[in-house]
Amino acid sequence: MGNKLTTSEIVAAGLARRRRKETTFRLLGILATAVGVLFLGVFFATLIAKGASAFKQTFVQLEITLDAEVIAPGGEIDLEYADFDGLVRTALRSRFPDAKSRADRRELYRLISVGAGYQLRDLVASNPDLIGAKQSLWVPASSDVDMLLKGNIDASVEEALRTMSDKQIAWVESLENSGEIRSEFNDALFGNGDSRDPELAGIKGAVMGSFYMLLVTIALSFPIGVAAAIYLEEFAPKNRWSDLIEVNINNLAAVPSIVFGLLGLAVFINWMSLPRSAPVVGGLVLTLLTLPVIIIASRASIQAVPPSIREAALGLGASSTQVVFHHVLPLAMPGMLTGAIIGMSRALGESAPLLMIGMVAFIVDVPGGFTDPATALPVQIYLWADSPERAFAERTSAAIIVLLGFLLLMNLAAVIIRKRMERKW
Amino acid sequence: MQSTTLILLLTFMAVAAFYFGRRRSLATVGGPGHRMDLHSLPGYYGYYVAIWCALPALLLLSAWLFMEPRLVVALVVQGLPESYASLASGELDLLVNNIQNLASGDVVSIEVDPELQAAAAMFNDYIGKSRQMLAGLALGVAVLGGALAWRRIQPDLRARNRVEKVIRLLLIAASSIAIFTTIGIVLSVLFEAILFFRKVPVSEFLFGLTWSPQTAIRADQVGSSGSFGAVPLFTGTLLITAIAMFVAVPVGLMTAIYLAEYSSSRVRGIAKPLLEVLAGIPTVVYGFFAALTVAPWIRQFGESVGLAVASESALAAGVVMGIMIIPLVSSLSDDAINAVPAAMRDGALGLGSTRSETMKKVILPAALPGIVGGILLAVSRAIGETMIVVMAAGLSANLTANPFEAVTTVTVQIVTLLVGDQEFDSAKTLAAFALGLMLFVVTLCLNVIGLSVVRKYREQYE
Repeated sequence: MGNKLTTSEIVAAGLARRRRKETTFRLLGILATAVGVLFLGVFFATLIAKGASAFKQTFVQLEITLDAEVIAPGGEIDLEYADFDGLVRTALRSRFPDAKSRADRRELYRLISVGAGYQLRDLVASNPDLIGAKQSLWVPASSDVDMLLKGNIDASVEEALRTMSDKQIAWVESLENSGEIRSEFNDALFGNGDSRDPELAGIKGAVMGSFYMLLVTIALSFPIGVAAAIYLEEFAPKNRWSDLIEVNINNLAAVPSIVFGLLGLAVFINWMSLPRSAPVVGGLVLTLLTLPVIIIASRASIQAVPPSIREAALGLGASSTQVVFHHVLPLAMPGMLTGAIIGMSRALGESAPLLMIGMVAFIVDVPGGFTDPATALPVQIYLWADSPERAFAERTSAAIIVLLGFLLLMNLAAVIIRKRMERKW
Repeated sequence: MQSTTLILLLTFMAVAAFYFGRRRSLATVGGPGHRMDLHSLPGYYGYYVAIWCALPALLLLSAWLFMEPRLVVALVVQGLPESYASLASGELDLLVNNIQNLASGDVVSIEVDPELQAAAAMFNDYIGKSRQMLAGLALGVAVLGGALAWRRIQPDLRARNRVEKVIRLLLIAASSIAIFTTIGIVLSVLFEAILFFRKVPVSEFLFGLTWSPQTAIRADQVGSSGSFGAVPLFTGTLLITAIAMFVAVPVGLMTAIYLAEYSSSRVRGIAKPLLEVLAGIPTVVYGFFAALTVAPWIRQFGESVGLAVASESALAAGVVMGIMIIPLVSSLSDDAINAVPAAMRDGALGLGSTRSETMKKVILPAALPGIVGGILLAVSRAIGETMIVVMAAGLSANLTANPFEAVTTVTVQIVTLLVGDQEFDSAKTLAAFALGLMLFVVTLCLNVIGLSVVRKYREQYE
């Protein structure tokens, strides 16, 4: 009898081990949660560390003579063919007379962006009186100079291994010492379309492309989505057909987005011969992509309207259509709007289907309509991420910050609508 | 007339029709004082007339705009001189394209001769005439429809019922778009895939071990046939999916368990929305992060322990994809865990088991079907994910299980085959659709199974 353990003794013997297991399990849980949160922290930290500097751009001050001989050779101002770059180069040569050989001069010219010539042209175009005068102008530096000053080019490595020569670095230092170089807010990033030169590349074209696309998407997907949700919740008879639609919608919500791109390519571009790279086609594809999201959200918010509202309206003699449009729909609207905004924010971040329908083209002009060739903001990020230049990596991060900013605003709007207009029954 | 102006005009006419219809309905009973004599509210008579005014005209407009390009092209081709009649269909398409470009004043790829010039002029002429006819017809139909409806207004016309019938039809049309989308996906992918399988046998596509879709321009070049064995793509997809699941499932599941059972409501209030943020980040951003931050880290780490890691490794893409999927796994697991009745949990705790024992021995087994369903959905998501792998996984179709090497996936190949210029008769372009078909079928199966498991399970305890 004596050597047999009682139940409570067995339990007590295992207790320490079980408590240890309990603690380990709990720690694992904390660890798992921390992984997600930690990733988010690292993600935003690296993003901001990489991208923040792109909002600043380096400018160089030059004394440029707007030579009448060059700009207006025969007395007529020749904006198209006048050698504005030449004027910039002349100014550079007079600032650094020590650059004598052709090789030196070529290196010298590389300090200034090709955008300087365009800037001069625009200046002359808007103010022809300046011709002949000497102007002190701040022109954009090339992306190499920009990277050097932002600390992305290490001057201490061997000359052959970096993109800037010793001479160029010396020139930049001399400009720096005399205060002829400064860092300003990067207007080009927000005001320009895409460009091969990082210092001139901007996201305006992509933002406008996304804007037109989302306009098409919301104009189509919100009414259609709400109508479909109303039908399925309020009118659909319980039969095979309704079940089929329901299963379909749930499945469509989980179909990979790239498959929608294939659909867009085959149907909208090949079969309907709509223009390639156009926001209207992108909008159509994104409509099909976001419809399930909006339908599911709208159905949930229709379900949340209590039946007593419907019964009261029916009891007062309203037809079933009147019940829906006069009572259920207004009460379900906040939830539907929230769903629509969330669908839109998904559409804004989507890029894979857009690659299929040709919205990856390199497009410099800012699109001005629904059929102009355009890219979208996430596609622009994809394109820039592929570029080898350091300066583009910085701009990619900046574009991502802008994109996440838009998404944040949209989600905030959704939260605010929900908080403001939500009703508890 | 531009079609947008036409639509605006029709809208305006519909508004006018509403006004007239409403006024006539009141007039038939002798003024607003007698409105109770009408079958429906006066507004419904207005809508009735407006619908008859706008709807037929809009249907005509869309049908016309759909048919117009085909008809005009056929007419122009018919009008071409004899010398063009013998062209093959591909060359003819090119010619038509050029005529269209010439007509709209765009850049043309061939020399412009007077005959082409004439064809372009003819094209513009036909389009102009067609637009004139369309405008006349559409406005005529609108006026006619509106007038007929207007004349039919009588006090006992059941206007509300008719308007509601139209509304009902519109609602049904809206809800069947989901069906049409699915049909559209299936047909568009299937047709091109069948064309592909005529050129490349199905068995070679499904079981072939080499993937090199580059077909040569000239027939006598080396490797001119291309080879379309998709097995390396399938293994690459599986490898990356496996890595992603290896990250997402334990982390997502443990997160769900911790947040559901252990954490204080304060921690849950902070951690849950933060994890939701992970789900909201666009995939292209994850791709950028995988390619430019995580991949270099992994390579550095590999170098420091003496491993050769490719700069575009399966590992980087898989890990980042796993992190992206964490919220999906954790929210679906959370649903499954919360659906287990409290009585089971309370019973286990009451018998003296610790919380982790309750979880491992009671709740998780009970919630397992739901969790598995959720994992299936996550797998389908990982297989279909595109941007992360396009940016971080690389293009080389290696048949390998080594996560440090570059692999390629089905989605990456679809993108690379279809971005840029395409011709729809080459096996290379069509291959993308065959891959798309595979992708659609596989993800569809996973989704159907996953969704039905999740739903069935949810009902089980309700």
